[in-house]
Amino acid sequence: MNYIPHTEEQTRQMLEAIGVSSIDELFDGIKPELRPKSFNIPQSLSEQEVISRLSRIAQKNIVSLKNFLGAGFYDHYIPAAVDMMAGRSEFYTAYTPYQAECSQGWLQAIYEYQSMICQLTGMDCANSSLYDGGTAIYEAAMMAIRATGRTKIIMDSGLNMIYRTMLYTYMSNLNIEFVETPVIHGQSCREEIFRYLDEKTAAVVTQNPNFFGAVDDHSDIAQKAHSVGALSIISVYPVSLGMLKTPAEMGADIATGEGQSLGMPLSFGGPYLGFIACKQALTRKMPGRIVGAGTDREGRRGFVLTLQAREQHIRRERATSNICSNEALCALRAGIYLSLLGKTGMEELARLNYDKCEYAKDCVEKIPGLKVKRSSPTFNEFTIALPRNADVVVEKMIDKGFAPGFPLGKFYKGMNNYLLVAVTEKRTKEDIEQFVQALEKVL
Amino acid sequence: MKLIFEKSVKSRTGFSLPAPDVPRKKDIGIRYARNHGAFLPEVSELDVVRHYTNLSRMNFSVDNNFYPLGSCTMKYNPKFTEKIACMEGFSGLHPLIPQLLGGGRLSQGALEVLYNMEKLLCEITGMAAFTMQPLAGAHGELTGIMLIAAYHKNKGRRRRCVIVPDSSHGTNPASAAIAGYDVKVIKTGPDGCMDMRQFKDSLSEDMAAVMLTCPNTLGIFNPAIKEITDIAHSAGALVYYDGANLNAIMGKCRPGDLGFDLVHLNLHKTFATPHGGGGPGAGPVGVASQLVDFLPVSRVMKRPAGAFYLEYNNPKSIGYIAPFYGNFAVILKAYAYILILGREGLIKASEYAVLNANYCMCRLKQYYDVAYGKRCMHECVLSAQRQSENGVKALDIAKFLIDRGFHPPTIYFPLIVREAMMIEPTETESKETLDEFIEAMIEAAELARRDANKFHDMPVTTPVSRMDEVKAARELDLCWRPSAGARPLSPSPGKACPLQTYE
Repeated sequence: MNYIPHTEEQTRQMLEAIGVSSIDELFDGIKPELRPKSFNIPQSLSEQEVISRLSRIAQKNIVSLKNFLGAGFYDHYIPAAVDMMAGRSEFYTAYTPYQAECSQGWLQAIYEYQSMICQLTGMDCANSSLYDGGTAIYEAAMMAIRATGRTKIIMDSGLNMIYRTMLYTYMSNLNIEFVETPVIHGQSCREEIFRYLDEKTAAVVTQNPNFFGAVDDHSDIAQKAHSVGALSIISVYPVSLGMLKTPAEMGADIATGEGQSLGMPLSFGGPYLGFIACKQALTRKMPGRIVGAGTDREGRRGFVLTLQAREQHIRRERATSNICSNEALCALRAGIYLSLLGKTGMEELARLNYDKCEYAKDCVEKIPGLKVKRSSPTFNEFTIALPRNADVVVEKMIDKGFAPGFPLGKFYKGMNNYLLVAVTEKRTKEDIEQFVQALEKVL
Repeated sequence: MKLIFEKSVKSRTGFSLPAPDVPRKKDIGIRYARNHGAFLPEVSELDVVRHYTNLSRMNFSVDNNFYPLGSCTMKYNPKFTEKIACMEGFSGLHPLIPQLLGGGRLSQGALEVLYNMEKLLCEITGMAAFTMQPLAGAHGELTGIMLIAAYHKNKGRRRRCVIVPDSSHGTNPASAAIAGYDVKVIKTGPDGCMDMRQFKDSLSEDMAAVMLTCPNTLGIFNPAIKEITDIAHSAGALVYYDGANLNAIMGKCRPGDLGFDLVHLNLHKTFATPHGGGGPGAGPVGVASQLVDFLPVSRVMKRPAGAFYLEYNNPKSIGYIAPFYGNFAVILKAYAYILILGREGLIKASEYAVLNANYCMCRLKQYYDVAYGKRCMHECVLSAQRQSENGVKALDIAKFLIDRGFHPPTIYFPLIVREAMMIEPTETESKETLDEFIEAMIEAAELARRDANKFHDMPVTTPVSRMDEVKAARELDLCWRPSAGARPLSPSPGKACPLQTYE
């Protein structure tokens, strides 16, 4: 199967128009010695065969586990309208809206998405998406470095380990100093952050709720950062913003996050959605694409890609980033999702997640020998200390039909007995109770 | 069209949550609660559906329009791959499952897809191994540059310079610069290829790599490509292949055989996964054997007994480029696409992509200047230089084409061609479509000769006419805001509660 419509006769006519006798002749610039040493690709299959082969492969993946596994990536319900609307091929088979007049649908959708991210985070300006939550933190750190002319980044180790590791990779060839500060009783250690904060610091990066699910107020950290001319970057979990203090309210200069929870399926790691939003003063330092509202010649409102002079296709090696493709379709999904939920829906969703998680905490705590870490309030995810190795418990729980959480020993030294448990609105009271029973049995 | 915010009516909602089945807990406390709810739209599900359906109709897309946007490979996106990406076994799988003890056996299908895809891409490009992690083409470039840096560092040498031709995609120099390299630009010669003398002169101990697109953005396959890679190697530099233009050469040559050390592929281009209005894409990076050790962790491996697993023990690895294993759903679609096309289908795709581009070029060359050469690969670059002397710019021709129902070609790129129009028809377009497009282009050229003023109001068939981009950039409006006093702030969920304290 291929998708080439040409008939033999048409091919012949076209070759004639070009003035060559065969298609091969079009490739005669590639000399014989440059031809492939091999090209062993299997023969074509029919659509039916590919579907059935991949359906068999899909069945080798388990999806029947009751999911209490989060660690930054959550199993939320996705309303059917998200799939249906984002599945309209007028959206998904378009490219970046370079030609504004014939891309108003996309441009307006992105402008609305940017506005929703601003409303959620309280910030002034958002871009039209980044690859994921980790690259969003990297881009935010680079923005801070550009804005301050400084090179030290202080990172709270409550920031997802995956993102911290990514940051090290990205900046390994740049002259950047990293300081990682510890988490004490689930929260950012002010003493250590303030100890390292100085006139060389470009930014302090924190996460709320942090990797342990702990909720904090980073206002004091932001304020202290500002007092030495550094920026505050806060990575947030968007669902929590239905109820939690916004990064803007804490005084953050840049807010970032992973938008997977806003209508993206888990899909084994992607595509996901990085969002980034900042204060007005930093707008022109923002990487990636930005859509702005404006007017056409008749004075009608319309939308365009704006501030393109910062971008790689114009500025080349002097661009603020190298981003070309982003995650626009995921941003569209987030826009549709947030429209469906709306103001009260987001508040209720956050509340439901919070309540379910608190209920799970109360139930789990009744298991003898197990301890729920309660030194901070948490949002839809919490840490428990098990009487034995968490990896082993996880393995046994899988056999009982649960993905019970993330064993923290993988990311944090000395935490081999700790398990990070997430509860979203998809888990019913019954699920939670069965989870607790199973956990009690395997311990 | 109204913004969705402007359709908002207080207390309306388009979503229903399950009734709470657990007790309502004490509020989290004022210290941690937001001051007021986010001003998100308050609309019904029908409002949302109608809004986005109508927005979708205000777009050009491959499924509506011929979309010959050069260097973007806007080919037809087969529909069956969407169905596969939605299979619960793939879409519902948590990425951390294989990282749990005993979780590997529960995600064998996903790991198999990644493993098989790696093998296919290796064979298509002639590389030794691939990482699926990079989330877009430019992200792949950045990954490639980091691999280059790690390679040189491992050899104990510090090289600070990356060479790119002036015809390169803007992402090439941007990626090199962002990874910390100085960029050295080489001019294009009269044959449309990198100037060999300047290239040779620029070789030094400081050169870490050369980044090339082949065929390049002028649509030209450099016959001296092997010589270039040999020269670079003799100077101890690596050669990076920007795979954005791979659609021209499948089965005709392979970057690995040409001496390239690294290659990124744009799965959303060559392998027909939809571009999604600007993403998600996927930009896997392939490397020759001397670079395999530096690839990002994790890597999918296969045990002799046939089970797949994730390997994290790579001491020389550059680390994590993405949180997990790449844009999995995109990789999956590309995998299905390669399976359905098969060997002959891939070769044919390139053949007909090149046929279509040459056909467009040959039929238009008497009406427009052709930048370089008499033959092109999968895309051709024309110039509206002649028309611009009459006051009709490439931009005006683009707007003319919109009124005719065609998405315009890429304009003003590559930067080295004045009034450039870069046409990439792809193999999936029929002769009829190409003929209609060619007729429209000819008509534009004739109108430019006769009556240049006619262009200035175009397009007239679209929801808006030409936008004032200068004003939009000067008076930035990037975010809708509720007008002052329009709606009262809602009470905070936790306002009345005292601070909650724990142990």
